[in-house]
Amino acid sequence: MPGFLKEFLNRNGTGMGLAILGLVLFWTIGLIILPQLSMLDFSFRPNLPPPEIGGPKDVYTLENYRYLVFGPEGGSQDYNTVDLRVFFRTLVAAVCVTIFNLILCYPIAYYLGQTKGNHIRIFAIMLIIPYWINEILRAFALRIIFGETGVLNTMLVGMGVWDTPFDFIRNDIALYAGLGYAYILLMIFPMYNVIESLDKNQIEAARDLGAPWWRIHWRVVIPYAKPGISSGCTMVFMLSAGALAAPQILGGPSSLWFTQLIYQQFNDNNDWPQGAAYAIVLLVTCILFVLAVMRLFKVNMGDIGK
Amino acid sequence: MSAGVGVDLENLWIRFGDFVAVRDANVNINGGDFFSFLGPSGCGKTTILRAVSGFLEPSEGNVLIGGNNMKGIGPNKRPTALIFQNLALFPLMKVWENITFSMEIKGASSAERRKRADELLEMIALPDQGDKLPSELSGGQRQRVAIARALCAEPDVLLLDEPLSALDLKLRQHMRTELREIQKRVGITFIYITHDQGEALTMSDNIAVMRAGVIDQIADGKTIYNDPATAFAASFVGENNVFRGKIKRVMGNEALIATNRSGDLVARISTANQGKMKEGDDAMMFIRPEALAIAPDGATGDHFVTARVNHEEFEGNAFNIFTEGDGGKEIKVSLPNLGQSFEDHTGQIITLEYETRNAVLVPAGELAAE
Ligand SMILES: Nc1ncnc2c1ncn2[C@@H]1O[C@H](COP(=O)(O)OP(=O)(O)OP(=O)(O)O)[C@@H](O)[C@H]1O
Ligand SMILES: [Mg+2]
Repeated sequence: MPGFLKEFLNRNGTGMGLAILGLVLFWTIGLIILPQLSMLDFSFRPNLPPPEIGGPKDVYTLENYRYLVFGPEGGSQDYNTVDLRVFFRTLVAAVCVTIFNLILCYPIAYYLGQTKGNHIRIFAIMLIIPYWINEILRAFALRIIFGETGVLNTMLVGMGVWDTPFDFIRNDIALYAGLGYAYILLMIFPMYNVIESLDKNQIEAARDLGAPWWRIHWRVVIPYAKPGISSGCTMVFMLSAGALAAPQILGGPSSLWFTQLIYQQFNDNNDWPQGAAYAIVLLVTCILFVLAVMRLFKVNMGDIGK
Repeated sequence: MSAGVGVDLENLWIRFGDFVAVRDANVNINGGDFFSFLGPSGCGKTTILRAVSGFLEPSEGNVLIGGNNMKGIGPNKRPTALIFQNLALFPLMKVWENITFSMEIKGASSAERRKRADELLEMIALPDQGDKLPSELSGGQRQRVAIARALCAEPDVLLLDEPLSALDLKLRQHMRTELREIQKRVGITFIYITHDQGEALTMSDNIAVMRAGVIDQIADGKTIYNDPATAFAASFVGENNVFRGKIKRVMGNEALIATNRSGDLVARISTANQGKMKEGDDAMMFIRPEALAIAPDGATGDHFVTARVNHEEFEGNAFNIFTEGDGGKEIKVSLPNLGQSFEDHTGQIITLEYETRNAVLVPAGELAAE
């Protein structure tokens, strides 16, 4: 038995230790690993009607993955440009949402983390309470704001900023706003946590040595906050790339999110293997992308947990 | 060597809401001096330093550095460098980057910075440690890196906020000497904050004794020790025995005091209070433990005190006798150990004597808490 296991059992007592261990294993294996493995398995199989499952046609194939790249066999185009375009657009948009969110949230997190006083608590509560409202309701509320006859347009037209209403939805502004807003807390809190533990004297020391404010951030605060920044960015990127409700409700009619394609495969086309393949491509690409970016910025995996 | 840049505080008031942290401070610090603010915890020392470095705007009054009013000038634009109570080294930068951070801001090249860092590391006796992280250094080494980082900015005035308080006793005493040497070598003004009177006395050219936002006395260490201006200064700096009473008669610079329990005693009026004390005033007389000696039994007069011995202790370099004193306080007598034999006086009534010049009289006032 490995040492850490023995120590764990000693600390919690054998019975309790085994129970905790069992629950954790059930959670990770039963609820996370097995379903994902079955999705992986699905993605390599043809979409067959139930009677033929397990029959001679049920063999492993790369067809579902090939489809994403090359489209239907004998199709009119060499590549599946429609789906690929959606795929890359989703990734780029998720990166943009993440960067936009970072720029927006860093000052807030810094302010929250470095200011003392009761009003900070009130500020934090004001950030949290809107998240008690469910996602769909929040998305539709944004529609009311951004719609053609929505609050924003009525106001801007009324003020004479422009004559005809601007279509925020068709131009994806509503979508970006919605996605940005949806994960703001996941960006703010990891950064806030780290920045809060930064000794105020560090900032004053840098100032005392002559540093202007931007260099204090660049050399002192941001390097210190890096674990929080990477943790926040990773979560926001993963969740934006995998978001469904916001694109569904706030996206323009011509701009699909890749998750919507996956949803269509599962639901409208009833093609689970195809949907699973799309979902796996999205998952793996996102993970690889995040790992690459972490490498670029020299972030350790352990930092993400902070 | 240049005369250095002086610092003046003029009618300085600092308030936090209704709370007055610094009350009407007037201080002239000569260029090139090692100047200390000495006072107990919470008396406003850090607050004064923050006003000099620019992190805090005075509520009233002025801070002048080199004769220039610093009003509205931020900490990054003042010719001061501050060494923080907790040092505040940048944990993610290497030692050499820490030291030369001020040069990085001015756009110096990496090679120049390395060179300067090496010079400074040599000066603080840490050669070849530049590539370490601060966390890889000992407390005393970090201390010296903080000094080097501040000196690298080439300030006219170096401000030090209890920089030795985190070190153990041996290292603290060693660093005292070292700081003083560094100050002499670079020749700039040091403003040093401490609640440790030993540090203040050994290092400073001049000391300001502070009590709850008020500066009680500004003088060199010898004067503060031998000729305190207030009861607080007398009781805070060094050990002192207090005798309370009323002035019975003033005789020039001396006075006869009717003490509460030791009869009439003669004392020298402290220089700062000469001409200001008169008959009938409440007063306090202070005599250092080492200024008391055992007199022959039965001696009487205005510089003899009789008291019952409570207990005695042997301290190595001295033999201490504690006798019943005034208002619950003991009178401590400290006899230097010169190889003579000490007899045990516990329980006996003994007579102590002192020389008038060693008994200092100040107006009655607040004593330092022990
Ligand atoms: N920002 C502030 N707001 C309100 N009160 C303050 C503030 N800063 C300091 N004070 C008060 O001013 C007084 C002096 O504080 P200061 O930090 O100058 O003390 P100090 O002499 O440096 O003490 P120590 O030796 O413990 O460091 C204290 O009573 C403190 O509570
Ligand atoms: Mg302080």
